[in-house]
Amino acid sequence: MRRRHFLGLAAGLATLPMWSARAATGRVLCLGGSLTETVFALGAEAMLIGRDSTSTYPVAAEALPDVGYVRALSAEGVLAMAPDLILAEEDAGPPEVVDVLKASGVDWQTIDDDHTPASVVAKVIAVGAALGLTDKATALAAKIEAQLAEAATMAAAVPEDKRKRVLFILSAEGGKIMAAGAGSSAEGIIHLAGAENAAQGFGGYKALSDEAVLDAAPDLILMMDRAGDHAADNETLFALPALATSPAAEARAIVRMDGLYLLGFGPRTGQAALDLHRAIYG
Amino acid sequence: MSITADTFPVPSRRELRAARLRIGLILLFALAAVVSLGSGASGASAVAVLKSLLTGDSADPRDALVLWEIRLPRFLLGALIGAALAVGGAVMQGLFRNPLADPGLVGVGAGAALGAVGMIVLGGMMPLVVQQFAGRHLVALAACFGGWVFTLVLYRVATRAGRTSVATMLLAGIALGALAGAFTGVMVFVADEKQLRDLTFWSLGSLAGASWLKVWTAGPMIIVALAVAPLLAKGLNALALGEAAAHHMGVPVQRLKRLAVLTVALATGASVAVAGAIGFIGIVVPHLLRLANGPDHRTLLLDAALLGVALLVIADAISRSIVAPAELPLGIITAVAGAPVFLWILIRQNSVVDL
Repeated sequence: MRRRHFLGLAAGLATLPMWSARAATGRVLCLGGSLTETVFALGAEAMLIGRDSTSTYPVAAEALPDVGYVRALSAEGVLAMAPDLILAEEDAGPPEVVDVLKASGVDWQTIDDDHTPASVVAKVIAVGAALGLTDKATALAAKIEAQLAEAATMAAAVPEDKRKRVLFILSAEGGKIMAAGAGSSAEGIIHLAGAENAAQGFGGYKALSDEAVLDAAPDLILMMDRAGDHAADNETLFALPALATSPAAEARAIVRMDGLYLLGFGPRTGQAALDLHRAIYG
Repeated sequence: MSITADTFPVPSRRELRAARLRIGLILLFALAAVVSLGSGASGASAVAVLKSLLTGDSADPRDALVLWEIRLPRFLLGALIGAALAVGGAVMQGLFRNPLADPGLVGVGAGAALGAVGMIVLGGMMPLVVQQFAGRHLVALAACFGGWVFTLVLYRVATRAGRTSVATMLLAGIALGALAGAFTGVMVFVADEKQLRDLTFWSLGSLAGASWLKVWTAGPMIIVALAVAPLLAKGLNALALGEAAAHHMGVPVQRLKRLAVLTVALATGASVAVAGAIGFIGIVVPHLLRLANGPDHRTLLLDAALLGVALLVIADAISRSIVAPAELPLGIITAVAGAPVFLWILIRQNSVVDL
């Protein structure tokens, strides 16, 4: 028994240098935007050789070769990158391709995620362990946890009757308001920031009728800060009949934040929750 | 019948042309196989792997994996589907005597789309036991099932007192298609962003998930359908003269219709289930061949199978090379490459097309 333990330990020690060597020169492929972001946050971007099409933050990630949409991968395309380690979100697919990749001898690691604050932390730890950067990951996770805890404290300090009702508007194209409902990532971050989602009664992101928007009567509008088709300036927005009479329009209360920062549930989520809390409650 | 033709069977110019076309198609088929097995993002050399097989040396394991587990099943699946779609199209156009007919007309396309989309969006609501048992195959099963159910309904609607009206089937097909489109629209409305992307990829078709399992499941169905199709050839030729004429020539018209519909539903249902909706092969291939060699189904069906295989397999090779290491959905390639070629041929023709 004892001898077996010793052998196991010896084998573990023998592989240790190999592991660290791989960590230093390893070719890592990231399948999933938040995973790529985490690798960058750990300062390990030099190991990255490729990404999927959802990995768009930070900007430097976009310079990496793109193996396509994470749920429609090509087995040969991925193998062509000759990765040693693949970090994948749970929904990477199709399953047949994943089977072939696993059979090819590549180290395939699935990192779970259920879009909760706890899983943000767990993800950082898991990515760190896979890259052999446990220390860095622990430090980063501690930082994120502290930010999340601070946000939670600040959120809890807001009295029940003072909680602002926030309407997240994905787009207001042509005066039609597309808002975030129950279970959306926008609702998640609104709750983390200690506010309430003004839009209720539907899941995901849906176009609301004018009357539903009137009924929601938000205290504040939250939008993504970006130009192009989804952009709508404040004047146009508050002039919409559905919003003109809302408390948000009277107070001109609108917050714009970067989309991935706000909704990505990556390593910046703690910071985003704090920022949003400050933006809402001043 | 002239005496010379009886005593000295000299091939007519038409037969010569048909033979030349057939040889050309076989060469194209071989070329497609070489391109498909020899090209890909990884740069693995198929020649090296095959050589190692002959000489007994061990090949690079990654190259061997790429060839045996990725390219070969993908080539075979693409070949099966290309043949199924092209032959299905030829049979449908013959049966409906309509140049616009394609395998989708028997409701397979609409039904399969509804089944697949419904499963992508609502699959999470299935009992956990079912999800664990059939999880990854649920979309394919739903597509296959949806396609067949629609075909069956359509056939029932169009059949009165043992006689199937082709015109009723065409119209009912449009109605059922609209209905399926509406329900698909509802699914799209309730889908979340991730499901929407899945829907898009499904509706554009792809061979990215090709595996031996898919070859073994879809293959037998498609091969049975392809084996039955030549039996329909004479009947379809007679049908071109009209149903009454075909009947008087001794063709069992009702049995022909039933067999044709079942064959196409079988082949197309299996294809759509494993590769999504791949458009245009079923329309373009039979028309190209009719323009080249006339509408005789006895040669048309086999030619269609060969050309369908070649086009689909080459389109797939393009789809996985053009944006490597990612890949473009196959349906985009077949439409982008197929439509202009088809238009050009139509314009170049001296006369308008008659079926």
